[in-house]
Amino acid sequence: MRHYRHLAGVASLLALVAAGPAIAETTLTIATVNNGDMVRMQGLTEDFTKANPDIKLQWVTLEENVLRQKVTTDIATKGGQYDVLTIGTYEVPIWAKNGWLVALDNLGDAYKVDDLLPAIRGGLSADGKLYASPFYGESSYVMYRKDLMEKAGLTMPETPTWDFIREAAEKMTDRANGINGVCLRGKAGWGENMAFLTAMSNSFGARWFDEQWKPQFDQPEWKNTLQFYVDLMKAAGPAGASSNGFNENLTLFQQGKCGMWIDATVAGSFVTDPKASTVSDKVGFALAPDTGLGKRGNWLWAWSLAIPAGSQKTEAAEKFIAWATGPGYLDLVASRDGWANVPPGTRASLYANKDYTSAAPFAEMTLASIEAADPTHPTVKPVPYTGVQFVAIPEFQGLGDTVGKFFSAALAGQTSVDDALKQAQDASTRTMTRAGYIK
Amino acid sequence: MAATVNTRRLARAMLTPAVVILFIWMIVPLVLTLWYSFQNYSLLNPENVGFAGWSNYRYFLTDPAFFQAFANTLILTLSVLAITVVGGILLGLLLDQFIYGQGIVRILVISPFFIMPTVAALVWKNMLMNPNYGIFAWIATSLGFQPVAWLETYPLFSIILIVAWQWLPFATLILLTALQSLDEEQKEAAGMDGAGFASLFVYITLPHLARAITVVILIETIFLLSVFAEILVTTGGGPGYATTNIAYLIYHLALLDYDVGGASAGGVVAVILANIVAIFLVRLVGKNLEA
Repeated sequence: MRHYRHLAGVASLLALVAAGPAIAETTLTIATVNNGDMVRMQGLTEDFTKANPDIKLQWVTLEENVLRQKVTTDIATKGGQYDVLTIGTYEVPIWAKNGWLVALDNLGDAYKVDDLLPAIRGGLSADGKLYASPFYGESSYVMYRKDLMEKAGLTMPETPTWDFIREAAEKMTDRANGINGVCLRGKAGWGENMAFLTAMSNSFGARWFDEQWKPQFDQPEWKNTLQFYVDLMKAAGPAGASSNGFNENLTLFQQGKCGMWIDATVAGSFVTDPKASTVSDKVGFALAPDTGLGKRGNWLWAWSLAIPAGSQKTEAAEKFIAWATGPGYLDLVASRDGWANVPPGTRASLYANKDYTSAAPFAEMTLASIEAADPTHPTVKPVPYTGVQFVAIPEFQGLGDTVGKFFSAALAGQTSVDDALKQAQDASTRTMTRAGYIK
Repeated sequence: MAATVNTRRLARAMLTPAVVILFIWMIVPLVLTLWYSFQNYSLLNPENVGFAGWSNYRYFLTDPAFFQAFANTLILTLSVLAITVVGGILLGLLLDQFIYGQGIVRILVISPFFIMPTVAALVWKNMLMNPNYGIFAWIATSLGFQPVAWLETYPLFSIILIVAWQWLPFATLILLTALQSLDEEQKEAAGMDGAGFASLFVYITLPHLARAITVVILIETIFLLSVFAEILVTTGGGPGYATTNIAYLIYHLALLDYDVGGASAGGVVAVILANIVAIFLVRLVGKNLEA
């Protein structure tokens, strides 16, 4: 009998608790990438939950490749595991076209959508609608050692040409002392060497496909790009460059083994950080090189937050996105961790802010690089796709990896430049035919 | 008599659930794979779905990467087998002698086997083979040579080295155990008859080891046909297709192309190939087990 009374007590208590809160509680599951800026965001969420006590946040933090695989399979099979997704400029236009994302029209006035940098906003929009909100954006530029430049008797212009880069790289190279004139990505992968090489090829006037989706690797512009790259790396690159990606090159540069490094703008804060870099006080920045054809070899990327279509929690997700990517978040980070640590590259107001530009020596060049990229007109000739350092079609991840392998083999000296280009042409023709682009 | 029949019947009845579950466990994924291999099914392309006929198989088998992946799989498996069996015998003979600190030496020799493949690959890639700050490069430069970019210049050989390093302890362990079961008196008798080290090895030790060698080859083959982590971590299948094996090729189709149909066809092909290899192996060396 006493047991029953207990049970009854518990039951009525439960009923009270269930009836208690007037507002229904929503739990948002957020999938994100384990980059420093996102990890910091998790630490700051108290600021959000205080203002929105009815919304709980659950984080799924993964490494970039794993995140991409999970999120892609989840959205493609309509799994519905996540309410907010962290995706890049590559996914957004494709997924928006498939009807997989919710258009972000209701982020509120405080969000200030017109403050977004036009290039970034363009990369995250389809048919004029914003489908993902940028958390941080990046381009690529030249990072160089001022001391080695001086020793070589040269001055880096703000807008170098590829010929100047080659001349400088050859003069700076001092293999006996372990100094390589230039470090560039060589590791195969659509987000590794192909990000760099596709962006570089834009400045040489090359393109992946013509307007009929016919692969263009048999054209002279690609031959010029790849030959120049391989020759440059042979003359002035580090040993084993075909296995170097972003992280490997970062290590080499921080250890003072590179004269120049052309890579992501986010690296600016790593190479100038005295705690991590042995050359922190000797680094200069310049725009990515060109060949005088009107396009520079720099890319454009933004990690962004989006809501999958069919989500039951759209309203709460919109509130969260407006908080995490709105202007108020930048002030929040600045007040806690200082201006140098705010997520860069998304808003014009940040670059008008004196506090930020004086705290970040790379700020001006980052903005100029982002503005120099146009995802809708990435190269000299017209293209049927969007994306500066990628082609925003579903097949690109696999194809970009395959082509990246051929180019990495050319860099390693395992195949000739001509063979690598022929293999790339054949593989892309195969893929594009199978996917139905080429009839 | 009747009791025995009844017992047998009972035993069979009690076994049935286990057998059925095992059968389902095996057959459902296989049937699903077969089904998908005849479908146009790419995760990223929701418009292009439906029956595909043989096109997934044609696509997989005409891929220039397929032949090289097949060749690489064979080269990798056979080379590692050769290295581990020969090396395992030599190490086994060495460790069979009495030395001071025997226990510790044996643990040290065997330990690489317990390192996770991913970790082992990272250690080799970054600490040993890296041409800028690896130990091999340091040795080369201190001796006045140019450091070798192992994973770039000899990619497949490097993978073979890493995988062999991991599997050598396994072979050593099995072969050492077999060596220890060799009758000392037999060896002594042979010695008294005037047999030298070489003939002792060829006529007594090696025949004694035959069965253990067979076990090593069979077990290792099963695992070596599907080496994956080492390739993913060190070379990503490159440069070109230099280190792509069948397992890696299917991974590429499934998780980079999100091409479920093509990857399923690849999976079916891989199963068939593995079975062919297994049949040959069993024919070739399996006889030893019956002796």
